[in-house]
Amino acid sequence: MDSIGVLLTCPMLPYLQQELEKRFRLFEFWQFPQRTQFLEEHSGSIRAVVGNISAGADAELIEALPKLEIVASYSVGLDKIDLGKCREKGIRVTNTPDVLTEDVADLVIGLCLAVLRRICASDKYVRSGEWKKGDFKLTTKFTGKTVGIIGLGRIGTAIAKRAEAFDCPISYCSRTVKPDCKYKYYPSVVELASNCHILIVACPLTPETHHIINREVIDALGPKGVLINIGRGPHVDEPELVSALVEGRLGGAGLDVFEHEPEVPEELFGLENVVLLPHVASATVETRNAMADLVIGNLEAHFMNKPLLTPVV
Amino acid sequence: MSSLPEPGTEPGSGRPDVLVHRFRSFDLPFHASLNDHFTILDPWTDSPPDEPAHAFLARRAGRARALVCVGPTTLPADTLRLLPSLRVVIGTSAGVDHIDLRECRRRGIAVTNAGAAFAEDVADYAVALLLDVLRRISAADRYLKEGLWLKSGNYPLGSKLGGKRVGIVGLGNIGSQVAKRLQPFGCDIAYNSRSKKPSFPFPYHATVHDLAANSDVLVLCCALTEETHHVINREVMTVLGDRGVIINVGRGSLIDENELVQFLVRGELGGAGLDVFEDEPNVPKELFGLDSVVLSPHRAVITPESFEAMRELTVSNLKAFFVNEPLSCLVRLE
Repeated sequence: MDSIGVLLTCPMLPYLQQELEKRFRLFEFWQFPQRTQFLEEHSGSIRAVVGNISAGADAELIEALPKLEIVASYSVGLDKIDLGKCREKGIRVTNTPDVLTEDVADLVIGLCLAVLRRICASDKYVRSGEWKKGDFKLTTKFTGKTVGIIGLGRIGTAIAKRAEAFDCPISYCSRTVKPDCKYKYYPSVVELASNCHILIVACPLTPETHHIINREVIDALGPKGVLINIGRGPHVDEPELVSALVEGRLGGAGLDVFEHEPEVPEELFGLENVVLLPHVASATVETRNAMADLVIGNLEAHFMNKPLLTPVV
Repeated sequence: MSSLPEPGTEPGSGRPDVLVHRFRSFDLPFHASLNDHFTILDPWTDSPPDEPAHAFLARRAGRARALVCVGPTTLPADTLRLLPSLRVVIGTSAGVDHIDLRECRRRGIAVTNAGAAFAEDVADYAVALLLDVLRRISAADRYLKEGLWLKSGNYPLGSKLGGKRVGIVGLGNIGSQVAKRLQPFGCDIAYNSRSKKPSFPFPYHATVHDLAANSDVLVLCCALTEETHHVINREVMTVLGDRGVIINVGRGSLIDENELVQFLVRGELGGAGLDVFEDEPNVPKELFGLDSVVLSPHRAVITPESFEAMRELTVSNLKAFFVNEPLSCLVRLE
């Protein structure tokens, strides 16, 4: 298989790169600043693309690789891949579902607790050396708070299971009502936001869910409400969110994703009720290795004419 | 013949004397509501500025049968000896290690604590610290806010909680709430406690050392007593290992703090989430530069709900005491 050309769109986990190099002829896209020249020279041998949340496979790239057979994404999110174009050309697409579900759900709970109980702000206070005995501010209890989840797929369900252990009543909004689901369904995000204390974005990014968190939803969530986003930055109207937080119209936020990563609005940096993370929801050693194994497994299966492990297209 | 007023009551008022014992900087958030039912004696507000506290107590608190001990205010034998009528100490914190329990036992003074009022908030906080340490939440938040995501790229990978072996030290109110919360995260839970709890489905280890040898994480939820002082020592930390994590929401002195700092600085322990320290508010400065630790200024119970529960418990125990009804949350005095 080592003559099969695989294009890696940007630097990824060293373990993944090593395993790809062992099996295939690996092209590191970022090492070739002259893209056109590179593609002219090598497009004929590239039969697979490995992309991620930063750099996937858009129409332009797909068109430039006439021998492309499969796009294996080192992510569960597919918003950086032109799925329509792939279908049109019969190109297979795989992602990394399930292996990262637990880590993402764990981080959501971690963010809820960090925001409500002011963990990060407290840590900063102690590190400043300024702790004086008897100095404390009330923080918000997490147990028993109402939790609203947008998107009750694998990740949304895992979040709900964890929040239930804290006696949080769970409600959700989804494209469709889930049958046999014990959680309360709301047909719109605004209604969900009006009826929960903590609102969590856990749905895929599609044209329909772009800016699903807008001014109306933020107003409905209110000055005591908290927003947690582990979906995609474009799920949220970021300027609206920033002004709501700065003006105190929203109670707090825990954000792992942003509209223009790695740029993050600096107005948020000084707010104690805001926790900002550099897209780490699946960023554990265990999970990234498991995701890499899935990418390798899918590519091997494809080139050995076996069924793909986690196909999307 | 008119009946004699009950000792500790102002004639005619029906509001028995209750002494509030506190550090000057600590106050009861519900001081006012106690006045409805009791005559509150407070050296900080009721005695003239030049009168020392012990003189006030001797002069005014002789008939007080009940004392509310606010937060961690030390209640030594010396103070107790100034209160000849004292029959009950109502503690407003979960711990009672700041109260001279031996003297209370000698005098037959009952002691109650407020552990049941706080258990959920403390359990939440323990899980919060654990998730923060493993997933580097505070460290990554710091990294981003210092502009490093732009400058230096992605933050290093954290560690998954699922599949970790979590050992709970002390399976009382708080420990059992921690266990309940961790179950859906896919952790393997085990525990050590003074006695085995047959109703709990988790493996029991007879010693903390044994528990540590079989755990990736230790969560300290037990009371500080002579037996548990420095229960987390060099041997326990060694056997926990260099990927091991310790979460402490109990008391600082459960851990040999000097050893802990050395282990963390040398990378011989994976991380720690600490809400309590041996000499609060002093925290070893060597910890300030470590991303593997999360530091908190003893705030696990600081929510409106815990304070309200603490108020309810204090008032109901005081009321029960003065009508000779059973008290809740009695501390077993050994």
